[in-house]
Amino acid sequence: MPITESDIEKIAQLAHLEITDDERQMFAPQIAEIVAYVEQLNAVDTSAIEPALGGLTPEGEQTKSERDDKLQPSLGQKLALDQAPDAASGHFRVPKVLG
Amino acid sequence: MKMESVGGLIDGIRRGETTARAGVASALEAADKLNEKLNAFLEIDRQGALKRADQIDALDQTDQASLPLAGVPIAIKDNICVRGMQTSCGSRILGPYHPPYNATVIEHVLAAGAIVLGKTNCDEFAMGSSNENSAFGTVKNPWDTSRVPGGSSGGSAAAVAAGIVPVALGSDTGGSVRQPASLCGVIGLKPTYGRVSRYGLVAFGSSLDQIGVFARQASDAAVVLQVIAGRDHHDATSADVPVPDYSAELSQEVKGLRLGVSRALLGEGLSDEVRDAIEKAIAAYRDLGVEIVDTELPHAKYAIAVYYVIATAEASSNLARYDGVRYGFRAEEAPALRDMYRRTRDEGFGAEVKRRVMLGTYVLSAGYYDAYYLKAQKVRMLIRQDFANAFAGCDAILTPTAPTPAFLFGEKVNDPLAMYLNDIYTVTANLAGIPGISVPCGLSSEGLPIGLQLLGPNWSEALLLRLAHAYQQNNPLGALPTIHA
Repeated sequence: MPITESDIEKIAQLAHLEITDDERQMFAPQIAEIVAYVEQLNAVDTSAIEPALGGLTPEGEQTKSERDDKLQPSLGQKLALDQAPDAASGHFRVPKVLG
Repeated sequence: MKMESVGGLIDGIRRGETTARAGVASALEAADKLNEKLNAFLEIDRQGALKRADQIDALDQTDQASLPLAGVPIAIKDNICVRGMQTSCGSRILGPYHPPYNATVIEHVLAAGAIVLGKTNCDEFAMGSSNENSAFGTVKNPWDTSRVPGGSSGGSAAAVAAGIVPVALGSDTGGSVRQPASLCGVIGLKPTYGRVSRYGLVAFGSSLDQIGVFARQASDAAVVLQVIAGRDHHDATSADVPVPDYSAELSQEVKGLRLGVSRALLGEGLSDEVRDAIEKAIAAYRDLGVEIVDTELPHAKYAIAVYYVIATAEASSNLARYDGVRYGFRAEEAPALRDMYRRTRDEGFGAEVKRRVMLGTYVLSAGYYDAYYLKAQKVRMLIRQDFANAFAGCDAILTPTAPTPAFLFGEKVNDPLAMYLNDIYTVTANLAGIPGISVPCGLSSEGLPIGLQLLGPNWSEALLLRLAHAYQQNNPLGALPTIHA
C-alpha cells in the first residue's frame, strides 16, 4: 500500500517529529520507495520459521545476566542533573506537561 | 615516526628507542597537519593524551611490559563514550553532552596502556555508508579527497588509513566498520554479536550493533580485540565465552582451510574492478594452499530489506530518548512539553536519522508490526540458517566487502535506497550475528582501495584474523594514500 504525505504526517506524530511541509514532501516518496522495496519479503515462505528476535548467539542466550538484588551505587542526582538544559530544585524542569 | 604498527611502536618504546610521549607527539602532529583536509577528528585531546603518555613513560619496565597497548595512540568513534570528552554521535541533538562515564571498551584500552588521541567523525547516530550524514561535515577519503571514506565510521577509517593513529575503534551495525575499511584500504573487524561489550556505545540497532577495530595490519587488530573482548555485566547481551589468545594463532598455517565462495554474490550489482580483485584474491588464497569451495547463501538477496526493517525499528526505539529533557540540545520557546519534544527532535536530527526513525516507527506501528517487523525477523532466521548450513562445508566465506570502490561526494546522497545498497555484502553478518573482517586486496585503476571480506562462524575471530594475516603477509597493498602522515 503506497505511503502518502498524510501517512508521513501520522508517522511523524508518533515519532515526535515536527516535520516541515518541505520535509513531508521530500520524505513521502523516499519512504514509499523503501517500503515498496522491503515488501519483497512477502515472497519468502516463513510459515514454519520462528522470528530471530534479540540477535543473541546460542552462547549469548545461555549467558546468565542476573545479579543479586543488592543495592549498588548509581549515578547520583548531582551527576544526573549536571548536563540538564534546565535543572531546578533537583528536577529536570520542562515546559508544561498538560494543556 | 610512523604510526602504522602497534607492534612496532610498542617494541620501540620497550627497547628505549622512543617514548610514549614521542609517539603521541608524532600522532598529534600528524592530526594537526592532516585533519583540516580530512575532517576525521571532531575532538583531539592534546593535553590529556600527552599527560597519559608521560604516565606510561614513568612506569617501570616490568609494569609497562605488562600492558599490551602501552603508549599506543588510538582514535575513538564519536558514538562511544569517553568520560570528559564530547560524544556527539555526529549529531546536533546531543549538544554539548560529555559522558560522565567511560564505555567498557574504553576502560579496557586505557587499562591496557593505550592513549585516546581523539573522537572521530561519523554518520549521524551511525546511520550511513559515506560519512555524508554527519552534522559536522564530511570526512574525506585519504586516497582521494573528492571521494567518501565510507561510513558510518568514516573518521576512524580515515585516521588509520592516513597514518595518524595505528588503530581505532568504530561501530558496525550493518557494515559501518568493514565498509569504510574497504574504501580506505585498511583492516576492519566486526566481532561476533556479544563478543565485545556495548556498554557506552550509543545504541542504534541493539540486536545488530558491535564495536569493531580498525588497523593497518591484522596482527594489530588481534592485539586490540584481545583487550576489548569479553563478558561485561554492564551489557546483558555480552556473552560468557572465553577469550582466546588472538595473536597466538595468527601465523599458523592456512593450508588446508576451506574458503567458501558464493558465485551468485559475484554477479550483478558488483563493479567489474571489484570482481577482478576478488578473483585475484581467490587465486592468492589458492596459492596459500587454501581450498576454495562453492557455497550458497540463498536468502542473502533479502538481507538489505530485512536489515532496513529491523535496524530502523530498533533505531526508532533507541532514539526516542533524545527529547531535550535530560541532556543535549533543547528547542527553545516551546509552549508545552509535546512541542518541545517535536521541535527538539526535528531541529536536532538530520534527514537520514529522521527518515530511519519514521521508517522504524511505521514498521512497528499497530497493524504493520506482523507484516513488516515480525516478517523480517523470520527472514533473518533463514539468513542465519543459510550461514549455519554454509559453515558445515567450509571454515570461512569470502565475499567482496563493498560493491564498488569509494564513490564521489554527492553521488548517492539523494537516493537513499542506492546508498543502502552499499551494505549489500556486510549486513548479513550483523543479521546472523557472525564475525566479519575486511582486508585490503587491491587498488582500482583509479588507485582506490578494494576490500575482500571474510565471514566466519560465531566466535571464529582467531580464524578470520589468521586468514587475513596470511593474505596480507603475501599480498601487501604496496601503496599509500595521497594524504598520509
